[in-house]
Amino acid sequence: MTYIEFLQVHGGRMADGTVLTVVQFLLATVVAVAVAVLFGLMRLSRNPAIRGAATVYVEIFRGTSLLIQLFWIFFVLPIFGLNLDKFVAGFLAVGLNMGAYGAELVRGAILSVPTGQWEAAVALNMTSRKRMWRVILPQAFVIMLPPWGNLVIEILKGTALVALISVTDLMFEIRQINISTFMSVQAFGTALIVYYVLARFFVTPVMRALEHFMSRRIGRA
Amino acid sequence: MTEDMSRYPLRLEGDDVPMVRFQNVTKRYGPLVVLDQLDLDVSPGEMVTIIGPSGSGKTTVLRMLMTLETINGGVIYVDGEPLTHVERNGQLVPANSKHVRRIRTKIGMCFQHFNLFPHMTALGNCMEGPVQVLGLSRREAEERSLELLDMVGMAEKRDEHPSRLSGGQQQRVAIARALAMRPKVMLFDEVTSALDPEVISEVTNVIRHLVGAHHLTMLMVTHQMGFAKEISDRVCFFYNGAIEEQGTPTKLFENPERERTKQFLNAVLDAN
Ligand SMILES: Nc1ncnc2c1ncn2[C@@H]1O[C@H](COP(=O)(O)OP(=O)(O)OP(=O)(O)O)[C@@H](O)[C@H]1O
Ligand SMILES: [Mg+2]
Repeated sequence: MTYIEFLQVHGGRMADGTVLTVVQFLLATVVAVAVAVLFGLMRLSRNPAIRGAATVYVEIFRGTSLLIQLFWIFFVLPIFGLNLDKFVAGFLAVGLNMGAYGAELVRGAILSVPTGQWEAAVALNMTSRKRMWRVILPQAFVIMLPPWGNLVIEILKGTALVALISVTDLMFEIRQINISTFMSVQAFGTALIVYYVLARFFVTPVMRALEHFMSRRIGRA
Repeated sequence: MTEDMSRYPLRLEGDDVPMVRFQNVTKRYGPLVVLDQLDLDVSPGEMVTIIGPSGSGKTTVLRMLMTLETINGGVIYVDGEPLTHVERNGQLVPANSKHVRRIRTKIGMCFQHFNLFPHMTALGNCMEGPVQVLGLSRREAEERSLELLDMVGMAEKRDEHPSRLSGGQQQRVAIARALAMRPKVMLFDEVTSALDPEVISEVTNVIRHLVGAHHLTMLMVTHQMGFAKEISDRVCFFYNGAIEEQGTPTKLFENPERERTKQFLNAVLDAN
């Protein structure tokens, strides 16, 4: 069987899997961004309880492996009465995990906005909420976009683990094909190529374009 | 540590209430006493200039009035009302942020490094406060902002972001932005120190215009002695966190009484 024939036979399944991978990736990214903003802001709260809760979250999700978190969410939470569909458990685990890393990016970016910006916002008598949303976060957003470019790639790669709770993503299909055909080189070779192409020719250009667009909006380019 | 607050009036009343009063104000950073029991009154419409050596506490005075620094003792009154205190059971106690925000509407500030918002245009910077804080409609805010940008000679650059403006232009926009809030008191902290010599007059001309045309009360920290002499009603010489000497520009620059004032002025004039 040539590689062309291999693709003709199994291409359909792999395409279906790729679609699911992309959907899992997009949903995980949404979760990660929401979690990152929420916990990044909480990490900067003046209230020690809020700050502490965020620190615990970030520590736990960064300090243990994504795979274990995935299994916890899918296999252990049901024991406590929380049943999640495998599809939801998949992107949720990836998003919650990557969001913990994102929270640190949000926090760092907010802290690196020059103090003069905070002071100007106080001098205009803005409320602390307006200061954050109107003045600080837009600037922090531009600062943190480049590191987010890396994190988003990590999210894409991280979604490959959802195959282990039987979400029928690309990795799941590839493993099935491998088991039934023993054509490991072709199967995993294709996986390698698809993930690379997604990262290199879709995610990275989108993030670059976003960086470019944002720095133009801030008048830097 | 706790201060006896009964000596401070709950509010200032009478015929000649100062626009700003520092009463017995102390500021410390750890063990370092930066301002020691400062008393300073500024009358409505008065232009008071603060001069003095580096580290003498000039910036700190303005920053406390803008509530960018907390104070460790004493009371600041703005327009007769305490800035960071409120009355409870006949005594002044620290105020909540709502009170502070109400009093703070009367104060505007311009900074040495402009601190314009980089993600907004010149016009956007000016409209931000009126729209987001004062609740003006965008149309009203734009009208007000354009008028002020025109006054500072920046109407043509209304759609430029700060990164495309020179220092002098940015500072003029910053002045317009502060004035758009219609403050009663304007604070200028070395607003020309970061500028190239040839553009300093762009900014000083705007301030000169404000002295003539508005009923603004102004407090200005500057190292430009000529400008201070020309436009101030009163000059305060700060030394070591206290006012060493103050008076009309003529008196302070031409007939200083204190030895330290003389030394400072000689040193500054030698440098020029
Ligand atoms: N955040 C801070 N922490 C500790 N010390 C500070 C802080 N801010 C200011 N100081 C100290 O307070 C003193 C007064 O500072 P301030 O900035 O008011 O001086 P200044 O008169 O404005 O000086 P310059 O002419 O250099 O601007 C200085 O000794 C300074 O080192
Ligand atoms: Mg200073």
